[in-house]
Amino acid sequence: MSVKQHRRLFVPVAAAAVLGLALTGCTGDIAAQTAEDTDCADYTDYGTFEGNPEVSIGGTIQDDEADRLVSSWADFQACTGITVNYTGTKEFEAQIAVLAEGGSAPDIGIIPQPGLFNKLADAGFLKAAPEAVEANVDTWWSTDWKGYGTAADGTFYAAPLMASIKGYVWYSPAGFEEQGYAIPESLGELTELSEQIVADGNVPWCVGIGSGDATGWPGTDWVEDYVLRQAGAETYDKWVSHEIPFNDPAIVSAFDSVGEILKNPEFVNAGLGDVSSIISTEFGDAGLPILDGSCSLHHQASFYEGFWKNADESKVTVAPDGDVYAFLLPPAEVGGEQAVTGGGELVGAFAESDEITAVLSYLSSDTWANNRVELGGVISANTGLDASLASSDILKQSVEILQDPNTVFRFDGSDLMPGAVGTDSFWKGVVNWLSGDDTQKVVDTIESSWPKS
Amino acid sequence: MTTADLLGKIIQVVAALAAFSLVIGLVLFLIDKAPKRGRDYWQLAFFLLPAVLLLLVGLIYPAFRTSLLAFSNSSGEWVGGENFVWMFTQPAALVTLGNTVIWVVVVPILSTIIGLTYALFIDKSRGEKYFKALVFMPMAISFVGAGIIWRFVYDYKSGDNAQIGLLNQILVWVGAEPVQWLQTSPINTFLLIIVMIWIQTGFAMVICSAAIKGVPTEQIEAAQLDGTNPWQRFTNVTLPGIRGSLVVVITTISIATLKVFDIVRTMTAGNFNTSVIANEMYTQAFRAGEQGRGAALAIVLFLLVLPIVIYNVRILRQQREIR
Amino acid sequence: MSDNVVDLPVPGIKTSKTDTTAEVMGKATRVKRRLTSRTATVVALVIAVLWTLPTFGLFISSFRPAGLISTTGWWTIFQNPGFTLGNYQEVLFSTSQSSPQLGAYFVNSLAIAIPATLFPLVIAAMAAYAFAWIKFKGSGALFVLIFALQIVPLQLALIPLLQMFTQLLRPGQEWVHSIIPMIPEQGYLPVWIAHTIFALPLAIFLLHNFISEIPGEVIEAARVDGASHGQVFFRIVLPLAVPALASFAIFQFLWVWNDLLVALIFSGGTQDVAPLTQRLAELTGTRGQDWQRLTAAAFVSLVVPLIVFFSLQRYFVRGLLAGSTKG
Repeated sequence: MSVKQHRRLFVPVAAAAVLGLALTGCTGDIAAQTAEDTDCADYTDYGTFEGNPEVSIGGTIQDDEADRLVSSWADFQACTGITVNYTGTKEFEAQIAVLAEGGSAPDIGIIPQPGLFNKLADAGFLKAAPEAVEANVDTWWSTDWKGYGTAADGTFYAAPLMASIKGYVWYSPAGFEEQGYAIPESLGELTELSEQIVADGNVPWCVGIGSGDATGWPGTDWVEDYVLRQAGAETYDKWVSHEIPFNDPAIVSAFDSVGEILKNPEFVNAGLGDVSSIISTEFGDAGLPILDGSCSLHHQASFYEGFWKNADESKVTVAPDGDVYAFLLPPAEVGGEQAVTGGGELVGAFAESDEITAVLSYLSSDTWANNRVELGGVISANTGLDASLASSDILKQSVEILQDPNTVFRFDGSDLMPGAVGTDSFWKGVVNWLSGDDTQKVVDTIESSWPKS
Repeated sequence: MTTADLLGKIIQVVAALAAFSLVIGLVLFLIDKAPKRGRDYWQLAFFLLPAVLLLLVGLIYPAFRTSLLAFSNSSGEWVGGENFVWMFTQPAALVTLGNTVIWVVVVPILSTIIGLTYALFIDKSRGEKYFKALVFMPMAISFVGAGIIWRFVYDYKSGDNAQIGLLNQILVWVGAEPVQWLQTSPINTFLLIIVMIWIQTGFAMVICSAAIKGVPTEQIEAAQLDGTNPWQRFTNVTLPGIRGSLVVVITTISIATLKVFDIVRTMTAGNFNTSVIANEMYTQAFRAGEQGRGAALAIVLFLLVLPIVIYNVRILRQQREIR
Repeated sequence: MSDNVVDLPVPGIKTSKTDTTAEVMGKATRVKRRLTSRTATVVALVIAVLWTLPTFGLFISSFRPAGLISTTGWWTIFQNPGFTLGNYQEVLFSTSQSSPQLGAYFVNSLAIAIPATLFPLVIAAMAAYAFAWIKFKGSGALFVLIFALQIVPLQLALIPLLQMFTQLLRPGQEWVHSIIPMIPEQGYLPVWIAHTIFALPLAIFLLHNFISEIPGEVIEAARVDGASHGQVFFRIVLPLAVPALASFAIFQFLWVWNDLLVALIFSGGTQDVAPLTQRLAELTGTRGQDWQRLTAAAFVSLVVPLIVFFSLQRYFVRGLLAGSTKG
């Protein structure tokens, strides 16, 4: 490179650098919180650390939710002297195995689904959970939840973190009252309600399963909900662990029951198009027609609360007497047991040290759960959680469901299946199914994609 | 970011550039001071060493490891040819392979023709810089950006809803029914191909333009004095002059096309018969965690490049013979 | 010979003020008038419009509120007015505790892209010169091998490379960090090296084509005059290959600038190293509900590549090889 060339390059580079500096100037450094102005009573158990050790955490949580996550350990940092560095990227799931194998994983990973956790644990990347963490989990979580963080070899690796409940059906309370509809108490009543809505000249459901390269997952939630409710938890467990094949009659019948709604042109897809529009509609936009009354029902997890928005950007109230609210997809029979599917994160460590242990124990404690839930937007299945801290009615309701000992809770099945099925062929299968393929063909194809061994 | 951080970053860059110049300077110095005996070989070694060393470590060794992975399953056990059997027995295998071939034939040819035509027609025109920038822009927009842009273009709204996709709006304007473009096979594959052409034309245009400017003006003027028309001048003077660059452009775009998965992944996720091998490879290796299947697909991709490699070898031979 | 090159009048460059310029310019306009016939202009315009229209639509959309973008087409902006700078404001100035400052990412992107463009450029130019102008056994085979390496998918080369970096580079980086604490342990070095390696096959292939087309007489004459390969490379080949170097530099800069994968894997994703693309990817929200920010983000990240494109344009000059041709 000649000097001359360097000089010519210099001008744009310098201009860009100045621009960068200007941008830097727009934002200030965030002042560090110190132990003096923090109430450290809850944090004495974790000890204090000299020399400001750092612990890195990686995960998929981003943006506002990442902010709240970081806030949730602000006091912990100030009291213990540990600095926690959180990095969230969408690519975390695809990359964590690469990073772990390359020896460059963060100290702690917030693993968004048990399937990935099992893979990491089986490959020997994760460190067994410290005793303090296991003790916390024994105290604050149900055995089901502990089981999700336990690998095939019986070692307990990862404590659960947050949770979400799927299988909600969103509706407009005012609209229901106006038409005199009641919340259905069985799947049969749900179908009757749908028919009633059709008879009243409306389209009951709005559905969308579009989600970029993950298109199809909202459809798998439908199927999972029906399998759990119609065939029961035992069959559900066998299904996700492949003790029964994917094309088992129980699964076929769940698909067909879902199809009675999703593939019924009278039932879908209000304001959005015909059955095939289900695939092209983004899941985030799919429920919004409820607001203008063009449909009445929308099936989506509790997190959809954050998606409601009016076209004019005005606020939507989510409450039993607000613009929208949700009921849990009912059991198969009236009075049947309450079964829900849901999701959640697991916290696993890729390295060992005293400060990592301290962070892990804090994250698995009821202190953390209450701190985080108080900041809003999420819930946890931690039994030490005070439900009244939840930031909205729907979240309070979710916490109560999770803490109810009679609730049968099962993890989202596609998250538990091997990646080749749970994040590929099941999604694609649902898409093909809604494009017109018959159920048997779809379940056979998915079954054939299940990895051997 | 504190000032110290910024300073640290600047120090890193400056130090790296200085160290790099130093190393290269040293290498060039050693080239000149190489021992008389076997001097050519010393010089050769110094010219090639940095590149060969880096490639050996960063690509050849990993490529070798990949080929081994192709014969094992996700837990690392040896499974022989099972991954290859899986690949060709899955229901969409033939469609995927067929799509890949369509992509690799259509994209390079169309991008190069359009890029060359454009470069030729705007050559020496006023505002050439800005004309170029317009076609170059798609290259500078990331794949994510391109995905959004074209999802909008192909968007479909049913019934009486206002279209927000330009393509369907045009149909509505001429009185036709809007179409669910991305779900309609086989046209959806071609619609995805258009996105890739839209991106790659900028590359073809820039390289062709540089090559056109390398064709000596005297030759064109001489041909002009001979009374040839523009088309003859193009085929007799310009084309032979840029032939080498054209081969490079077509080859590069072909390989880029074989490797591209982002477009398919973000726009249809490989549904509706649009998948290509690279997309399957990415999905298997990273989404599904089936490294073995991913590696097996990578090997098939490599085999698909062989014809392109062979063609280039022949060109290379011809070049050497002429010299 | 090289003098000859420098003295050549170069049409199209307005700053040259030699006596011959006027004449050459006159000739150039004449050539131009004949070459750029009306059809050509129309075709070029059509291509330009077709290529720009989708981007233009996105540009308009980037100033519209999310609600309007998803209900009305951008061409109805006059019927459905709604103008907001909100998307840009969020992209440029929204801060959060987990990722406070866009400026930091911006500096990182530059700090990654500049060396990661220059390193492969120089190394590849040297290799390309060797392949083109030093005769040796196995030259063809080695060249073909390197060429074929273009197909190795980046994703499958990550793990071995990362393992090597962790074992070999990390101790060095920690050592530097302990001496100069300003420089973080997770420096840019692995990212630069990774980008350099991944760029080499294409760079060598592209540059070889241009460098091998330099007329043999030029190089042989210099060799006969006693110039070493080092001198020939530096004084003759590099200046003559400037358009090729510039075009590769533009693309390499682009690819590095828009890269997310390599940066995420080799930077460890921390704010010390992570580029702009990571922040922009984050802006869509955890579940992609804030995708409209991407419309603005696409244009924010487009600015720098365009600056690079325009500033490297000057190297696309005509006739560097003129006067020294084979014919």
